[in-house]
Amino acid sequence: MQTTFRIRRFNPESPSLAAYDQEYILETEPSDTVLDGLIKIRETIDESLTLRCSCRGSICGSCGMRINGQATLACKTKVISMVSEGGTIQIEPMKNMPIIKDLVTDMDGFWKKIREVQPWLQPKGPHPKGEYVASSESMDHLTGVMGCIMCGVCVSDCTVLEVDRQFLGPAALAKAYRFVADPRDGQAKTRLFELNKLGGMWDCTRCMECVEVCPKGVGAMDRIMALRAKGMEKHVPSTCGSRHAEVFEDLIRQKGVLDEPMLALRTFGLRNIPTLMSYIPMMLRAFIRGKVPKTGFFHHAIPGIRDIQRLFHKMRESK
Amino acid sequence: MTTSYSYDVLVLGAGLAGMRAALAAHEQGVSVAMLSKVHPVRSHSNAAQGGINAALTDRGDKWEDHAFDTVKGSDYLGDQDAIAILAEESGQDILSLEHMGVIFNRNEEGRLGTRRFGGQKKARTFFVSDFTGQAMLHVLYEQILKFQLPVFEEWFVTSLVQDDEGRCAGVVAFDIHTSQFAHFKAKAVIIAAGGLGRLFEPSTNAMICTGDGMAIAYRAGAPLMDMEMVQYHPTTLKGKGLLISEAARGEGAYLLNKHGERFMEKYAPNMMELASRDVVSRAEQIEINEGRGIDGCVLLDCRHLGQSFIQDRLRQISEEAKTFANIDLTKDPIPIRPGMHYQMGGIKTDVEGRCWDTADKWSGVQGLFAAGEVACLSLHGGNRLGANSLLDTIVFGRRAGSEAATYTKMLEELHVGDSHLVDDEAMVKELLNQKPTGDSIAKIRMDLGVTMNKNLGVFRDEEGILIAQESLRELRDRWGRVGVQNNSRVFNTSLIQALELGMMLDCAETIILGALTRTESRGAHFRTDYIARDDEDWLKHILINRDSDGTPRITYVPVRITQWTPQARVY
Repeated sequence: MQTTFRIRRFNPESPSLAAYDQEYILETEPSDTVLDGLIKIRETIDESLTLRCSCRGSICGSCGMRINGQATLACKTKVISMVSEGGTIQIEPMKNMPIIKDLVTDMDGFWKKIREVQPWLQPKGPHPKGEYVASSESMDHLTGVMGCIMCGVCVSDCTVLEVDRQFLGPAALAKAYRFVADPRDGQAKTRLFELNKLGGMWDCTRCMECVEVCPKGVGAMDRIMALRAKGMEKHVPSTCGSRHAEVFEDLIRQKGVLDEPMLALRTFGLRNIPTLMSYIPMMLRAFIRGKVPKTGFFHHAIPGIRDIQRLFHKMRESK
Repeated sequence: MTTSYSYDVLVLGAGLAGMRAALAAHEQGVSVAMLSKVHPVRSHSNAAQGGINAALTDRGDKWEDHAFDTVKGSDYLGDQDAIAILAEESGQDILSLEHMGVIFNRNEEGRLGTRRFGGQKKARTFFVSDFTGQAMLHVLYEQILKFQLPVFEEWFVTSLVQDDEGRCAGVVAFDIHTSQFAHFKAKAVIIAAGGLGRLFEPSTNAMICTGDGMAIAYRAGAPLMDMEMVQYHPTTLKGKGLLISEAARGEGAYLLNKHGERFMEKYAPNMMELASRDVVSRAEQIEINEGRGIDGCVLLDCRHLGQSFIQDRLRQISEEAKTFANIDLTKDPIPIRPGMHYQMGGIKTDVEGRCWDTADKWSGVQGLFAAGEVACLSLHGGNRLGANSLLDTIVFGRRAGSEAATYTKMLEELHVGDSHLVDDEAMVKELLNQKPTGDSIAKIRMDLGVTMNKNLGVFRDEEGILIAQESLRELRDRWGRVGVQNNSRVFNTSLIQALELGMMLDCAETIILGALTRTESRGAHFRTDYIARDDEDWLKHILINRDSDGTPRITYVPVRITQWTPQARVY
């Protein structure tokens, strides 16, 4: 079938230094992956097309790129799953990292963040004579996150990194989880205190992009949520993030409804005047548009709140 | 001005063997750096799926049994002293890996769990689901980060540098990002650059497996040994030849022909699907050649293993089958066929990883070490057992790193000029300035791969090998004229491919010559014109050195036999 590959190109040696799209018309087989297509272009049409690739089997993590607007591995993506006969497939380099040339990105920043989580096992005390005894479940559980091949796809499409370069990002946080959840590691608490800082586990907005694009099913966001839960269990210093979770739960238990003004007030704290002030214009707008309940600025408990409280009680008990 | 770096030990390649060697050298307190054409976690060690062998004595397995299975698997071409070391030290090395953080599968008591693998009587393969290589590679990289060992990522080595006495004194390499050449001085160089699968088309190997390490050692005067021993894996996918792990058969999958018969009954009545790889690959090829295959394949049937078992223990290949063959392993058998997988031969090394003989029985390069697939001790002889390659990288990577460090401690600074660097820069310039001929690197590589696969595959004969030799001459001639139609200095992948092809052509020369020379059938080397194993004449290794005028020269060293006398090989 005939397909047009529209490829975002960038040549650092050209005087203009502007990225541009170039189209290649290609005959592809039904079994061809996007990587096969790109290699065909490189081998038969344009030697200068530059990309990283190696294993062809989604294990080396070299060929992360954006295909029709979403980051993925080119070797894992069939051409026919992306485009129909005569259509155009758009290929761009990964986002949230500098571009070296064409589809090759600079991953130094990616690795710097991986290094920040001290990604090596730090057991307490000397090694045992034999192996560490660990439950089969705990090791099986870790295979899910150890399956990460560090391809950078989640980092490319992370919506937080787009606006906040300081965020550790999904790959580094998932890597951190791999140690926090490893029964052999002795530094879980220290790690969690580190991850509790600005740019760490509380800066994820739970947009799910990393879960959706991950070619290995690592589920980075789910790992970040698990880190938060573990952090709160270990009593990391409270942050807006952890208070938000706690106050959220508390309000529902008290009132059976999400009391947003109270949530903001208690999450940020009464003393955090600048932040609270910054919410005033928004609150005024909400008031003008009739979004403030008639009963007053704050919510009252709903009828039947007892039932909700019983539910809470039951859940606590079953834990 | 020329950039120059200096280390005691320089490691080429940052896969499992390279990183293990670097860590071992670092432990000895010498300065060490790694140089790799890809980032360490992109290395091909990733692709090892099934596991790593070790005979743990505390659970009733004997290292001697593992060693014997390996000797028998090698069709008695493996050197028994080296195999004994591999088997004896395996337990401790597995434990070190576990202590570093590898998340090996556990049994019900929380101890390390095992699965069965081909060619072995006991279940002694330790594993992480079916991505054991990846799990180990990432953990070794964690250790590299922990000790902050320098890695020159995306650098391409063009040649070894030797001093006036012929000792290895470093390498010349260029940064792929800038095409800037640099001189890396080192008192010892460890080559751990992996295999050469891309010489064959198709192959299970990644596109980076182009035999660079073997070629630069060969060019520098080190001998390549038993290069005719090329492993075809029994279960690869049609088309591009991706690997389906032996773990599938280890966990109980069947091989069926088009009549639905478990044909291994005929070829290996005791071990069935778990006979050694050369035996299974030949059996499959016979079924296919005699018309009992389906479209050039036989079938691998996992259906009876059940969905949850497949999900837990064979996750990676189940995804792979879905993505690349559109098959649900729980519902349908998957067509597979033998495909090029591993090079048993390589740079001749002794059991300490040295590529020279301290007793002067063969000539090599002093100061050069090798470990992993690139090296040939020989552990694997005529046929490697599944899950012995990961073990090889860990045991002999460690030994080579340790010995290289010790070696450098006795050595003063080596003195070398920069003539190698000047030559290599000129060679690259020439490649970039060639006129277009209408030919291309990709076409030459494809022709090489097809020729090798056709004439040096599962079955070989003199006629076919001579055809390959003749076409190699033509391919070399074409390579000499082709040039690179892209003269960018930033990340020039055409240039890399041209240089890699040059390396591949040199490796091909030794495979062809080895296969022509060995007039018997042993392990993976099956000559239809010499169908029997000939212990009288051929219990010896074929070493190929390149003379200064460029011609290959053959010498022999006997196989080292200690306690296992060669006998008929029945599975």
